[in-house]
Amino acid sequence: MKPFAFLYAAGLCFAATTASAGDLTIVSWGGAYTKSQTEAYFKPWMASTGYRILSEDYSGGLSEVKAQVEAGNVTWDIVDVEDAEAILGCDEGLFEEIDPAILPAAPDGTPAEEDFLEGTLGDCAIGTVVWSTAYAYNRERLLPPPSTIRDFFDLEKFPGRRGMRKTPRVNLEMALVADGVPADQVYEVMATPEGIDRAFAKLDSIKEHVLWWEVGAQPPQLLIDGEVVMSTAYNGRIFNAIAAEGQPLSMVWDAQVLAGDNWAIVKGAPNLELALDFLRFASMSENMAVQASWISYSPARRSASERVGSYHADPNLKMGPHLPTWPDNMKTAIRNDAEFWADHIDELNERFNAWLIK
Amino acid sequence: MVRRLRALGLTIPLLAFLFAAFIIPVLVFLWQGVHDDTYARYMSHSTPVLEAWDGVSEPTEAMYAALQKDLVQARKDKTVGKVATRVNRELPGGRSLFTSTARRAARLEAPYREAMIDLKPAWGRLETWQALRVAAARYTPTYLAASVDLKYSGDGSIRRQDEKRRIHLTLFWRTIEISALVTIFCLLLGYPVAYLLSNLPQRSTNLLLILVLLPFWTSILVRTTAWIAILQGNGVLNDLFVAFGVIGDDSRFSMVYNRTGTLVAMTHILLPFMILPLYAVMRTVPKAYVQAAHSLGANGWIAFWRIYLPQTLPGIGAGVVLVFILATGYYITPALVGGQDGQMISNLIDFHMRRSLNWPLAAAMGFVLLVLVMFLYWLYDRVSGIDRMRLG
Repeated sequence: MKPFAFLYAAGLCFAATTASAGDLTIVSWGGAYTKSQTEAYFKPWMASTGYRILSEDYSGGLSEVKAQVEAGNVTWDIVDVEDAEAILGCDEGLFEEIDPAILPAAPDGTPAEEDFLEGTLGDCAIGTVVWSTAYAYNRERLLPPPSTIRDFFDLEKFPGRRGMRKTPRVNLEMALVADGVPADQVYEVMATPEGIDRAFAKLDSIKEHVLWWEVGAQPPQLLIDGEVVMSTAYNGRIFNAIAAEGQPLSMVWDAQVLAGDNWAIVKGAPNLELALDFLRFASMSENMAVQASWISYSPARRSASERVGSYHADPNLKMGPHLPTWPDNMKTAIRNDAEFWADHIDELNERFNAWLIK
Repeated sequence: MVRRLRALGLTIPLLAFLFAAFIIPVLVFLWQGVHDDTYARYMSHSTPVLEAWDGVSEPTEAMYAALQKDLVQARKDKTVGKVATRVNRELPGGRSLFTSTARRAARLEAPYREAMIDLKPAWGRLETWQALRVAAARYTPTYLAASVDLKYSGDGSIRRQDEKRRIHLTLFWRTIEISALVTIFCLLLGYPVAYLLSNLPQRSTNLLLILVLLPFWTSILVRTTAWIAILQGNGVLNDLFVAFGVIGDDSRFSMVYNRTGTLVAMTHILLPFMILPLYAVMRTVPKAYVQAAHSLGANGWIAFWRIYLPQTLPGIGAGVVLVFILATGYYITPALVGGQDGQMISNLIDFHMRRSLNWPLAAAMGFVLLVLVMFLYWLYDRVSGIDRMRLG
């Protein structure tokens, strides 16, 4: 008996240093984004259920999830993933499948499957926010102000360096729209080899003047420092620089590329039932609307968008016009085609990287 | 004899640790670069058929039938995604071809050849089947070939990768180039410092050594970001240049987010690895030799070149090998300050590890890098002799 008791005690000590049973581990992107989730979901869920949430940060990608699942030692329950990772992770068997029927209906009774925006419910992923990549500029450094995606590619009217994310995603789409392709036909054009050549040719025209960024915090800083005159950026980061820091930055919504973030449950998560309960809670329209008062990302369901109010620190600042799905911002928006990218990302990454170093 | 055994016994924990924590993981990882049974594990009917196929003749009805059977099963077991991801690496678009066919596979009827081509014309193309044949092989040269810009096709041939997708050889070459430049800069900057250190009185030496070691103890991230603050367009250095009228406000130097940034930051970070072995060797060089050279009529340069320098060669060798090998594996610094022409092969390995989850390709690139470094090490041994290298 004794040796077992000893082992058991040792096991308990070890467990206490990581997570005790009933603690839900949720992994997200950190910073203002996790802050918005903490205020809208984590705190109220903990208060109503009595369970604890361990909030961890990561920098995207699936390598940690893959390592945990393959080693059979899963410590994460829920991960906040981008669309592409949601599909890849589901394909690779890293996530639990989730039946959307478990999600709560909208307050007016509309079933969740009809209430969630198109493309935000996957086999293993529940959409939470819709964010966008658009470009921004520094009002004090760039005159006259640019207004379209063509301006971004126009070196004569707007000389100077541009910031773009170091990935073929988004950039190819924007290049095609700037080259005259209507926003709703972008992926049809990209499905042909000529279309890809055309996109790269357009990027070629500004290549010498591009500074490639990799982390979301970079573009606002590059704009403030004057390293670039305009830069593509995540809309939430730019809003934060404007609203919270009072920086003289402005967004240009033309040809914004919409993408989503999703909740996914890691395959073999230690607290599957709790995780599902949390997902139901975090999918309620009222709670999703609260998140949008902390960060300028659109809720992934319509009934939540209607309830969005003002910025948490400034009741006079209405959040609506700063959200990607606001009707005025949506006129020329492109919805990221996650399926297209899942099919072609390897090929286009290689081509993009080869193009970069040429 | 007993003493020897006892000494050996003392090293056993270290050897065991090295074996378990270093050699085995490296071997496992390299194994991943040539072995991939994702397809074979989940597609048991079509794998033997594909292996038996010659890769050039028209695919037979039996092949279509076996594939249909596998797709139905894979859809039921929910393994079709894994297989589709594997196939997508050989055939762009293969992922959706697989998942969409699998969705309807159970409803297909014989003859399967017509049925599948009807559903997706891609099934009628030879390249599709050649890609499957590559994916079905458990032991495959495809990742190793890809990491040196070659394409291994299902008909058994190896050709150069499409020009628009060639990237690895350029990056390997650039990695060597940057590492070599960093090594040269470290040597040029470090040699005088080490000389000074070894010729000063002990008290001042200690103080200077701390100055050398201080950055050594600072986090790489901190040092790299500090260089961004110094080198960027509106950074300290450019501001100084403008203030002193060296350059105009609108023609500031771009010294970061390019190769210059990578070279500067890496040289700074690796400098102690050059200075320390040089210093250790220089301390042991007797001053009397140089004095003797002078008294025999050699001028300063000849005394240095023919008497002093050769005696420090073991230190130079150690420093050069250390800095060069460390530099080939650097990736945080190039990622932060490298921009587009300061990236190295390790950045791409990191990309495939964390982003694309193409671990076999990352493993293959790591293997090529390992072989490359070992080759250079061997070359160095042939030219100057490893036994002449001394760390102190």
